[in-house]
Amino acid sequence: MTAVDTPRTVRARRSEEDTAPSRSSDRFRRRLAENLTAYGLLGGALVVFAVFSWYPIVRGVLLGFQQVDFVGSPEWVGIDNFRTLFADPLFVTAWLNTLEFTAYALVIGFAVPFAVAVVLNELRHATAYFRLVVYLPVMLPPIVAALLWKWFYDPGPGLFNSALGAVGGPQPQWLDSTSTAMISLVLVSTWANMGSATLIYLAALQTIPGELYEAAELDGASVWQRLRNVTIPQTRFVLAMMLLLQVVATMQVFTEPYVMTGGGPEDSTVTVLLLIYRYAFVYNDFGTASAMSVLLFVVLGVFSAAYLRLSSREG
Amino acid sequence: MTMSTKLRRTVVLTLAAGLAVATASCSSDDPDGAADSGGKVAITVNGRPPATQAFERRVFDADVAEFEATHPDIDVQPKEGFMDPKTFAAKLAGGQLEDVYYVYFTDPAAIIARRQAADITEAVKELPSVGDLQPDLLKIFTGPDGKLYGLPTANYSMGLLYNRTLFTKAGLDPDAPPRTWAEVRTAARKISALGDGTVGFADLSKNNQGGWHLTAEIYSTGGDVVTKDGDKYRAAFNTPATRELLQTFKDMRWTDNSMGSKQLLEIPDVQRMMGAGKLGMYIAAPDNVPTLVKQFEGRYEDYGLAPMPGGTGTLIGGEGYMLNPKASPAKIKAGLTWLQWKFLDPARYETVIKKFVADKLPVGLDTPPTPDIWTGAGAATVQALKTQYANIPVENFRAFTEGSRTVRGKIEPVNAQQVYAILDGVMQGVLTNEDADPQQLLDAAQKKVDAAVATVK
Repeated sequence: MTAVDTPRTVRARRSEEDTAPSRSSDRFRRRLAENLTAYGLLGGALVVFAVFSWYPIVRGVLLGFQQVDFVGSPEWVGIDNFRTLFADPLFVTAWLNTLEFTAYALVIGFAVPFAVAVVLNELRHATAYFRLVVYLPVMLPPIVAALLWKWFYDPGPGLFNSALGAVGGPQPQWLDSTSTAMISLVLVSTWANMGSATLIYLAALQTIPGELYEAAELDGASVWQRLRNVTIPQTRFVLAMMLLLQVVATMQVFTEPYVMTGGGPEDSTVTVLLLIYRYAFVYNDFGTASAMSVLLFVVLGVFSAAYLRLSSREG
Repeated sequence: MTMSTKLRRTVVLTLAAGLAVATASCSSDDPDGAADSGGKVAITVNGRPPATQAFERRVFDADVAEFEATHPDIDVQPKEGFMDPKTFAAKLAGGQLEDVYYVYFTDPAAIIARRQAADITEAVKELPSVGDLQPDLLKIFTGPDGKLYGLPTANYSMGLLYNRTLFTKAGLDPDAPPRTWAEVRTAARKISALGDGTVGFADLSKNNQGGWHLTAEIYSTGGDVVTKDGDKYRAAFNTPATRELLQTFKDMRWTDNSMGSKQLLEIPDVQRMMGAGKLGMYIAAPDNVPTLVKQFEGRYEDYGLAPMPGGTGTLIGGEGYMLNPKASPAKIKAGLTWLQWKFLDPARYETVIKKFVADKLPVGLDTPPTPDIWTGAGAATVQALKTQYANIPVENFRAFTEGSRTVRGKIEPVNAQQVYAILDGVMQGVLTNEDADPQQLLDAAQKKVDAAVATVK
C-alpha cells in the first residue's frame, strides 16, 4: 500500500481483484484477437530467424567441436579442430593478412569515401550526376568488379600498366607481387563499396547547420580548420559507427582474394574467410572450418558489441 | 472480416509458413531403394551434359532411353552436373546426392577417407569387364582397407600440349616437340621471340592448380611429392631435381621472359591464351584439345601433344563414378549395371563412336569415346576402333600416345588438396618474385607439407 492509498481506494481495488480472473482473461483474449495478425507475422519472422539464422549459428558452433562426414553421426572431438587450426602455418598468416587488409581499408576505404562526401557536399552543380557516378560501382555485381579490376591490374596489357607505360611510368606487378597484392585488393574493395559509405557521410554532412560554417568563416577559419573544427566533430558519431561497421565488414573480406589472387602470391592474400572456405569446400573439413568461424565470430562479436553500445548511447 | 475468420487465416498462414520451412529443411532420403512404382528400381545419376553441349546431351539421353528399354526393371533419373566440391557435402547432408555420382581422380581418396561412398567390392564381382580395367586406375578407387569404392571411366595422363603453328613460325620442328625441360626452355625462348604478346610456355599457380601441375612436373623428373616412411607420410619433393626444375621455370620467367608477365593463372587462362594463338606450350591432358577446338573454334591440325618433358613420370588424371553410401543394395546393383552398360562395355563403344563421327566430333584421342582405361582384350578392341574411326590428325598426338606407354603414371599424393595449396606457393614464389630462392621455397614448403600429411594414417 502506498502513502496515498485511502481505505476506499483499497476496497475498490479489492473488489476489482475479486472479479479479476474473468475480466483479465477477457482483456487478454481481446488483446490477443486485436493483435493476432501482428503475433502471426512476428511468429513467422521468429520461425524464419530461428531456422535460417540462429540454428545455423548454434550448429556452426557445435560443428567446431565435431568431426562430420554427413553419412554417420557426428563425432565429438573436443578441441581437436582448434588444434588442427593452430598447427596450420596459414592460420597466423591468414589473421595477419586480414588485419593488414583491415588496416589498409581503414586508411584508404574509410578516408576516401569521407573525402568524396565532403567534396560532393560542396558541389553546387551536377550534384545528382556525381552522386550517381560515385554510387554506380555498388550496383555492379562484386564478381564483375573483381574481374574488371583483374584486367586493370594485368602487368602486361592491363589498363594501369599500359597507361603508366605511355607516360614512361613504372610497371608494378600489382596482384603478382607479395608487396603490392594486398593493397591492390584494398583499392578494388574501396572502389566497389565506397558508394554506400559516401552517401551515409553525405547525409550526415547535410545535417550540419549552415550557421556553424558561416560563423567559422566570419572567424576567418580556413578550409582545413572548418573541416577539423566543424565537419569532423559534427559527424563524429557517424564516423565512429562507420569505422566499426567497416572493421566488421573488412575482416570478412573474401570475394576479392578468392577471385583475383586465390590467396597468392605466396599466401600473401590468404584471409581468414578464404582459409575457412578452403577448409570447408576444398578440404571438406567442415569441423575445422567451423572452428575457425567460431574464432572469427568471437572477434567480430567484440566489435559488434562496441557498435551496439555506441549506437544505444548515442541513440 | 470477422474476428474468427481473421484468426483462422492467421493460424493457417503461420502453420503454412512453418510447414514450408520444415519441409525445406528436411531431406528426401529414400532408404529402401524401390522408389518407383511397378517394382522398378529408380536410380539418380549425374553427369548429364548441360543443354549447351547439345550433342553430348543427345547421346546421353538416347543412352538412357536405350538402357531403360533393355533394362525394364531400372528407372534412370539423370541429373545435370559433375563433381563440384563446393556443393558435394551439402548435397550429401541434405539427401540430394545422386545414387551414382561423377568424380575426378582427385576426389576418391578424400571421399573414401570420409566414408562418403558405398563399398562395391562384392557387387562388382557380377560385372563382366571390371577385371580388364587397368589395375592402377582401380587403385585410385580402392581404400586403405583394400575395398573398392568406385569405377574409372576415363583416364588422362598429363603431357606437353603445344601449338604447331607457332612452332613452325618460330622455326621449330612441330614433329619434334621438346623432350626435356631444357628443350622446353629453348623452344619457349624462340616462341616468345615472335613478340606481339606471344608467350612461350605458361604454367598455373592459383587455386591449387599450381601445386597440381608442379606435382606432375616433379613426377616427370622421377621425383615424388609425398612418401610413406614407416607408418608416417612425409614430404619427398625437396630434392636437387625439383630445385633444378624450379630454377628452369625461374630462368624462363625472369631471364628469358618467355613465360609472360601475367601470373597466378588457372586452366581457363592458359586455354584462352592457347586458343587465341598466343601461347606456345603448356602442361595438359589430351582432353584439353577438344576443349580448345570447340571453345575457340580452333583446328586439330594446330595442336600437338608430347609426353611430359623429362619423360620419367606423369600424374594420372581422369574421371569415374562412385555410389552414394546411403544407397540400398538394390540401387547399388542397378547403378553398377548402368555404369557397366554405359561406360564399361567395349563392345558398345562402336555405336557411340559412329555418333561422334557423324557429328564431326573428335575420335582418335585417348579420351571418350575411346578412353584409355583397359588392359588385355578391352585395350585391343579400343585401339582397333580408334585406328579405324580416327577423324583427327592422330600423328600430331602420336608422340604422347606412344610416350605414355613408357612414362610411368602416378596417382596424386595423400591430402592432395592441402599439398597442392602449399605447392601453389612454391610456383607463385618462382613466377612472381624475381629474387625468390627455389631452395628456400622448397624448405618452407617441406615443413608445411610434413605438417599437413603427418596425421594421415
